[in-house]
Amino acid sequence: MAGKPVLHYWNARGRMECIRWLLAAAGVEFEEKFIEVPADIEKLIKDGSLMFQQAPMVEIDGMKLVQCRAILNYIATKYNLYGKDAKERALIDMYTEGILDLTEMMLQVVISLPDQREAKISLLKEKTKNRYLPAYEKVLKSHGQDYLVGNRLTRVDIHLLEVLLYVEELDSSLLAPFPLLKALKSRISSLPNVMKFLQAGSQRNSPINAKQIEEARKIFKF
Amino acid sequence: MAGKPVLHYWNARGRMECIRWLLAAAGVEFEEKFIEAPADMEKLIKDGSLMFQQVPMVEIDGMKLVQTRAILNYIATKYDLYGKDAKERALIDMYTEGIVDLTEMIIQLVVCPPDQIEAKISLVKEKTKNRYLPAFEKVLKSHGQDYLVGNRLTRVDIHLLEVLLYVEELDSSLLDSFPLLKALKSRISSLPNVKKFLQPGSQRKPPPDAKKIQEARKLFNIK
Repeated sequence: MAGKPVLHYWNARGRMECIRWLLAAAGVEFEEKFIEVPADIEKLIKDGSLMFQQAPMVEIDGMKLVQCRAILNYIATKYNLYGKDAKERALIDMYTEGILDLTEMMLQVVISLPDQREAKISLLKEKTKNRYLPAYEKVLKSHGQDYLVGNRLTRVDIHLLEVLLYVEELDSSLLAPFPLLKALKSRISSLPNVMKFLQAGSQRNSPINAKQIEEARKIFKF
Repeated sequence: MAGKPVLHYWNARGRMECIRWLLAAAGVEFEEKFIEAPADMEKLIKDGSLMFQQVPMVEIDGMKLVQTRAILNYIATKYDLYGKDAKERALIDMYTEGIVDLTEMIIQLVVCPPDQIEAKISLVKEKTKNRYLPAFEKVLKSHGQDYLVGNRLTRVDIHLLEVLLYVEELDSSLLDSFPLLKALKSRISSLPNVKKFLQPGSQRKPPPDAKKIQEARKLFNIK
């Protein structure tokens, strides 16, 4: 009988946050072991715990899983948040991948060098407004249901909420032309597990500031 | 009763090639509609066929699927190449993602500015030799089986073969220190569907040449 999943990552959103969200939404308690100095990650590598010498890594059900999508897919399957059949999974995957592309752009803005940041932010806002938000608004409009796929909560509703909150942090006016997305954002935020995760004191991570990024850049050399 | 899957992409490897490989390995015949001019792409966008205005896009079983991983996952599930349970799928996904990371590095070489290309090639070779190949050699060594997961053919054996061929194209000496990977490469290459796909005249795409690279540079910028 396995204990709680253990998440290995920095004390930051980065590429682990979507995993925290999904576990929280599924009502799964988890522990975190934060990487604070290079020696922490060197130890994990030396122990053979990181298949590609990279974090995130999640210890779950006797496995040491790396690679976000592998981890997310396993959690979604285990907690029945991955649709009812292959066709639903295909839609969930397609929608999830779009969200991950947008999230990746946001991550690139966070770690970008200061002289590139403004251009990257412009591009991000443009893609958000013209490519991604319209795509998801269109899905909701097409079936008029409360959830993106299969008329019930699946992982992709959680992924979408997470990225909508980041869009809002970037520029809240971006959401203005998308009433169905705003409604979904409200609705999913009100689910008990999600509401709990949104409250102060949860394991949800806050945005990183420029000073923290520069410190991390020096310590971890990126 | 659906017809053959239809693949929409340029006549190049890019992000569609892994999908071609998987369909071929599964013995599935497919059609291709090549994007040859910006107008082709604009038409697909205008028709609402591309959820994020990007390709690859595959028409399969009444769906117009975009996003490489969504497409691969669907095909792997449909043709029973995705393991027998969630834990096998977790291993398959973890291994596949590593392969995708390496493949992505290799793809990026194609659109790398000439002044950076030597440094990038060095980096790719270093990661191949010190991170990726050892990781997969270690998996094979750990169980001594003929396939990466579950002692039978799954999608990740096909993905691995594909990237090993690209590694070989980049620098064949990279594979020297990995006997189990070399053996797997031989073994998977000999499977009937794979052997057929490896022969000239199949839908497998060649490495990009200078002209293709110019085109790719333009098209990736549009993307």
